[in-house]
Amino acid sequence: MDFGHTCNRDDVNPLNCNQLTRDGESISEIISAGSVPRKANSWITMDFSVMSILSNGLDWFKVEYDPPLARAVVFGVPIGGHLVVEALLVIAILFLLLQKSYKPPKRPLTEKEIDMLCEEWVPESLIPPLTEEMKYESPVLDSAAGPHTVIDGREVVNFASTNYLGLIGNEKLHESCTAAVEKYGVGSCGPRGFYGTIDVHLDCEERIAKFLGTPDSILYSFGISTMFSAIPALCKKGDIIVADEGVHWAIQNGLHLSRSTIVYFKHNDMESLGNTLEKITRENKRVTKVRRYIVVEAIYQNSGQLAPLDVIVKLKEKYRFRVLLDETNSIGVLGDCGRGLSEHYRIPVEKIDVITAAMGSALATDGGFCTGSVKVVDHQRLGSSGYVFSASLPPYLASAAITAFDILEENPHLITKLKRNITLLLEGLSDLPGLSIASNPQSPLVFLKLKRTTGSFQNDLQLLEDIADLMLKEDSVFVVASKRSTLDKCRLPVGIRITINRCRKSMS
Amino acid sequence: MITIPYLTALSTYISYGLLFAFGQFRDFFRKVIDWWKNSSNLEQGYAPICLGLEDFYVRRLYLRIQDCFGRPIASAPDAWFDVVERYSTDNNKTLKRTTKLSRCLNLGSYNYLGFAAADEYCTPRVIDSLKKFSASTCSARVDGGTTRLHTELEECVANFVGKPAAMVTGMGYVTNSAILPVLMGKGSLIISDSLNHNSIVNGARGSGATIRVFLHNTPSHLEQVLREQIAEGQPRTHRPWKKIMVVVEGIYSMEGELCKLPEIIAVCKKYKAYMYLDEAHSIGAIGKTGRGVCELLGVDPADVDIMMGTFTKSFGSCGGYIAASKELIDYLKYTCPAHLYATSIPPPAAQQIISAIRVILGEDGSSRGAQKLARIRENSNFFRSELQKMGFEVLGDNDSPVMPIMLYNPGKIPAFSRECLKKNVAVVTVAFPATPLLLARARICISASHTREDLIKALEVISEVGDLVGIKYFPAEPKKQQLECRVKLD
Ligand SMILES: Cc1ncc(COP(=O)(O)O)c(C=O)c1O
Repeated sequence: MDFGHTCNRDDVNPLNCNQLTRDGESISEIISAGSVPRKANSWITMDFSVMSILSNGLDWFKVEYDPPLARAVVFGVPIGGHLVVEALLVIAILFLLLQKSYKPPKRPLTEKEIDMLCEEWVPESLIPPLTEEMKYESPVLDSAAGPHTVIDGREVVNFASTNYLGLIGNEKLHESCTAAVEKYGVGSCGPRGFYGTIDVHLDCEERIAKFLGTPDSILYSFGISTMFSAIPALCKKGDIIVADEGVHWAIQNGLHLSRSTIVYFKHNDMESLGNTLEKITRENKRVTKVRRYIVVEAIYQNSGQLAPLDVIVKLKEKYRFRVLLDETNSIGVLGDCGRGLSEHYRIPVEKIDVITAAMGSALATDGGFCTGSVKVVDHQRLGSSGYVFSASLPPYLASAAITAFDILEENPHLITKLKRNITLLLEGLSDLPGLSIASNPQSPLVFLKLKRTTGSFQNDLQLLEDIADLMLKEDSVFVVASKRSTLDKCRLPVGIRITINRCRKSMS
Repeated sequence: MITIPYLTALSTYISYGLLFAFGQFRDFFRKVIDWWKNSSNLEQGYAPICLGLEDFYVRRLYLRIQDCFGRPIASAPDAWFDVVERYSTDNNKTLKRTTKLSRCLNLGSYNYLGFAAADEYCTPRVIDSLKKFSASTCSARVDGGTTRLHTELEECVANFVGKPAAMVTGMGYVTNSAILPVLMGKGSLIISDSLNHNSIVNGARGSGATIRVFLHNTPSHLEQVLREQIAEGQPRTHRPWKKIMVVVEGIYSMEGELCKLPEIIAVCKKYKAYMYLDEAHSIGAIGKTGRGVCELLGVDPADVDIMMGTFTKSFGSCGGYIAASKELIDYLKYTCPAHLYATSIPPPAAQQIISAIRVILGEDGSSRGAQKLARIRENSNFFRSELQKMGFEVLGDNDSPVMPIMLYNPGKIPAFSRECLKKNVAVVTVAFPATPLLLARARICISASHTREDLIKALEVISEVGDLVGIKYFPAEPKKQQLECRVKLD
């Protein structure tokens, strides 16, 4: 077959070639149409037409795929495309042959050698050696963790529990819990899919959605499992998440488990967030094809800062990211009715795509929920590991959550009182020697930071813990230093954490 | 190892093939219609929540039979419970609750010892603790979340499982997924059973350690993996591994199998690997005094480095524990996120566990605990042997209260579940993704609160439905030919 002729031509172009093809076709058509007697030589006709189609095909192929080199002329000898390919092949074969001879022959280890290696191998100990500071004993409470509690037989004022609305010990809450325990027992003995769905769970999900004004919600059986299950359910490999660097561990873990591309921005710094979004959108061509989320907390557990939702929503709409907002510390606290950060900023809740929250704070129950559009929620019902693979929330806690929302709706003054207490306490704390307030003035989670750090995280923490201990012993005031797990990637400074609740009347 | 008849395998594949093809067909039309309508896309500029085929399985397969899962109940999950009837007006896409209840025999809940319902010893104490300590502590263990009950519970659990110390968290899942990352990290190796629970898989992934899998419950393969890995060392650098941890479960909840603990421990000892045992389903349910697989198989708890378990099953509460040496627990309490950041286990739940353990150990002054343990064992073995006699393919070992019945065909999943429910027996069916595609099954969990009459009724119903659905794969006398004609599947 004639490979050469198209290559030698200087004026090869697709158009020309098409012409050629068409010509060829017409020839074959003529042939098959009748220049050869059809009846007698039909097999020849067939053969002819097949041949011509084949050669046309080849011609086309050649022209389409011939490299530019195809027309090169070296020392007066025109180099055809096939020559180049052949030469390359020969080189490749030689290269491979040479490679092989250089490689040392692979000899698997003998059983004996493996035995020896196993014998020699010494594992590290499971945990590093324990130092003194690791042996921290947390104070043991003799009563409920209400505003006042009993530690070591002494009554102390409790500034350590996130019982913001003082619902611990609430009579109504207690009644609903007792009734639920009597009716349903304590545990649900099964995951939601397998008869672990109790009617109160469904009621509670409806109640949450109604309270927040979202289409649907999903209950989780534990606070921190909410975030680290919901995030991997919504984001997968290849997706992009922009998160605040100060998010708490459950979110960090969720980000890690999602295997998405994670980009952190400076803690609560909207300029940094804007730049990050801009950069991602600009640099990444596929950005519109993958899911993009901004992950922030309403009130940061690690700093008491408040996320500026108005700016975030603007940025989110500009760059078309979805927002995942963790409202653990703001449900029941922010906004006139306690609906959280969106109410606080008077932003419609639909603008926030996903809201997660643990209910072990203002609501004085346990577990967590995630709420958003029907799609977001339904997707989690089969796609979220902490929901599918774990026993459901004990029914009495779901019942408590329903009651807590009822109480909240009926008594908005609880929130007003809490707000007054926050102002009051902040005034009292404003000129402490050595410590400064690092949290937002509206946050019920007050962070006291060392004015001068000792330079090392450990020493700072030790100092703060000593202060907290002293306060507990001398003043009967129970506060805690914010501890940090070695797994926690958050690098914000540690502080003394004071949580305020609405019941406080006097503050020293 | 499950062997499946050729014919069944073929028909199962065909069924799924049809479902898949039909689903694709419908998806195609969906797309055409959407394109036609050119619907005003609210989400313009956003990638969809579920990309591509991510939710294909849910939309086209699961939704058709979703009434078999997540059935709400309106009572405690005791031997008999009230299942809330649901109806659908849109071909099963959404289900609505009715006020109608049907009283069903419960063969689905993990209520092994019958502590799910009100108990004469536990419930009054739980209600007392509710009064004294409130429903929740609203704080992490280190900041005000440790009450007297928590310390008492930890002592009680350590004592019960036979370890020097224990730490308790508020959820079993979190226990696994927050503790593995503390202990293991870059440069260490986790060797995990191929059928381990999702919480372990999640914990292992979260840790950043390398993960290798060994064949389900096969000590010889574990040994092979260990030898290979120790000889090879870390990938690329070939440095020796820092530490190796083998993670297994006591009872595999989808298989009903007991872990081959003595053999696995022998292998771990030989190769100096640490041993992590998840006793979620076995603690409280098996062993002479309810102390789990170690007791049943005669293993000294000292040989297991880390014992983990949950309280959601036998104890009818919530939460999980880690029991290990004192030093290890101290270290975990110093740095484990579940201890530092998560709300502590609610005091009433803690009280429920303490009381349940007291009952099991006979410390309540009665022999109810011993009776419960004897009953669950009798019940399980009776039920298993009867099912086998009827010709069902039942997985798992004797003494295990979990017994899966193989269904295989996707069409048989809803058939079996719905027919049983019609006859007032509530069973759990499990399918992909919780099991391999071919190996759909129904799972029965026996409880100590089932009476003999309950079990006989259940057997009658299951036998009837089994005939109807055609899942008696081993008719009374299995023909030789039939046995030979089976595909092997792990
Ligand atoms: C082996 C195993 N580990 C852990 C868990 C999780 O326990 P929980 O339901 O308490 O979260 C389960 C429960 O399904 C389990 O089977």
